[in-house]
Amino acid sequence: MDGMTIVYEEKAEKKNTVKTYINKDLAYRRMKRRILLDKIAKVVFSSTIVFALVVLGLLLYRVISQSIGWLDLQFITSKLSISPEKAGIKGVIVGSVLLMVVVAPVTMFLGVATAVYMEEYSKKGKIHELINTNISNLSGVPSVIFGLLGLTVFGRLLNFGSSILAGGLTMSLLVLPIVVVSSQEAIKTVPGFLRDASYALGATKWTTIRKIVLPTALPGIMTGSILSLSRAIGETAPLVVLGIPTLILRTPNSLMDDFTALPIQIYYWTLDTVLTKEYANLAAATIVVLLMLLFILNSIAIVIRNKFQKRY
Amino acid sequence: MSNVMNVNPTEKKSLNPFRFINTERMVPKILLLIASVSILTSIGIVLTLVIDASHFFREVPLKQIFSSELAPLRENPSFGFLPLICGTFVTSGIAMLVAIPIGLSAAIYLSEFSAPSRRKVLKPIIEVLAGIPTIVYGFFAYSFVTPLLMQVIPNLEAKNALSPGIVMGIMIIPLVTSLSEDAMNAVPRRIREGALALGSTRLEVAIKVIVPAAISGIIASFVLAISRAIGETMIVTIASGSTKNFTLNFTQPMQTMTGYIVEFTSGDAGSGTIGYYSLYAVGLLLFIFTLLMNLVAKYITKKYRKEY
Repeated sequence: MDGMTIVYEEKAEKKNTVKTYINKDLAYRRMKRRILLDKIAKVVFSSTIVFALVVLGLLLYRVISQSIGWLDLQFITSKLSISPEKAGIKGVIVGSVLLMVVVAPVTMFLGVATAVYMEEYSKKGKIHELINTNISNLSGVPSVIFGLLGLTVFGRLLNFGSSILAGGLTMSLLVLPIVVVSSQEAIKTVPGFLRDASYALGATKWTTIRKIVLPTALPGIMTGSILSLSRAIGETAPLVVLGIPTLILRTPNSLMDDFTALPIQIYYWTLDTVLTKEYANLAAATIVVLLMLLFILNSIAIVIRNKFQKRY
Repeated sequence: MSNVMNVNPTEKKSLNPFRFINTERMVPKILLLIASVSILTSIGIVLTLVIDASHFFREVPLKQIFSSELAPLRENPSFGFLPLICGTFVTSGIAMLVAIPIGLSAAIYLSEFSAPSRRKVLKPIIEVLAGIPTIVYGFFAYSFVTPLLMQVIPNLEAKNALSPGIVMGIMIIPLVTSLSEDAMNAVPRRIREGALALGSTRLEVAIKVIVPAAISGIIASFVLAISRAIGETMIVTIASGSTKNFTLNFTQPMQTMTGYIVEFTSGDAGSGTIGYYSLYAVGLLLFIFTLLMNLVAKYITKKYRKEY
């Protein structure tokens, strides 16, 4: 009997509320809250981007303002010195440039050859898989570890010491994955009909690669190589591990000479600010030079990409 | 016409001194040889680390390695790596506390809230942060962030774990943002539009639909970020000092594994001493940590990727 009455009551209740399925007032309030939350979230999320931009701006402002008065022609053209007023970074710039002279051809040669092999000759084979995994693992290895490899293999085993050659070869291995991956991407974008046309004219595979695939992929390959150079030019840890001497007053003139590079000099000057306060300004001025170099390199890469890259 | 017919192809070929070399067959072999340099590099890394580290592990008992006393230059040196491991995890932990919330929020904004035209401008600008050399961040941390933090936290030391941790986090933001955004962008439009059509706000779509759908990519980006932070060298070397403190107090100077390697190769240890070999032991440890992280990230993306 009790159960019956409950059912009856429920039915009665349902009958009463049947006219108002939706409590408009409640729904309106909920909707308002959800829209408000959405707006707040948008502000909060976008503020993180603002934060990143502010930090970037602060960093640039800080570095540039500290370098003002120190970064002039005399600073770029004169030699290193212990006294901050006389110090210049001519030898340091030459060191960095010579380092690039080693890194650029070595990585391009190794990187492009590896990419050609993987894309043209070992499609989806076991070797392809092996090199692929290997490259992606290598790109995750911290740069200090490459420094240790360079120290052992190039520095001690091959007896290059802490020369430009040792530094350059170490750096080349470090940025190799970047060149390989970007060259692979570039080769992948070469359309099949170009290849087919070449084969149809009787060209062999190697001729097709040399005369059709590589020239077509060149802009992409160049972009990747320049970006890898800009990574190499700013990398510090492997060079420090190689044992680049603290103060070199001589400008290097051969690949077997000891050298110092822009990031290394920034490192030592930053460490020595404890002793001489003006070194902070010298470090800032060197950073500005380094950032300008990077800016130029990246601009060239972007120009090449936009100007020469054809779309098929 | 008759001239053309009379050309004997074999005659021309015979002028080539390398005619006995079949280029088409040689090229792949030569290329394979060059391609194996990358594999040799990996083998080289593992061999140098393992061989030189084995000298170290032979001389130093395991019990000492897991002690908290690190004094490599003392007359009776002690090699406990716990301070280094602790320093690495404190700085990386701080970096993650900065990079994960900010990086993920930025990714959600870029992928779910911003117009495509605005995203095209904002994304490259954020990626500029990733292109700045780490040494510049180190300088920034030491000469700007640390003095700034000192005004907020009075007992902060000139070298500490907090400032490089924060700056490292900022450096890693683009990595998290870019990888997470890629993962969120890979969620098909129909799912997003389905949720919107059911009346969800953009926030609800992002939190309840897109992030869960892209979670494998997002977590993988976090793991890769941790790996980057562990392997990061110059920021911590400059700004967190070389004191081998075994503490969780981030106002104190600490040394990380990477910092130890840099400090020691800069000339303090001669070749062949235990101190020199300890570098490789620390390097091996670092290598294993980062490799594990990278493999975990790869595993997550592979295993939990949803196919649409």
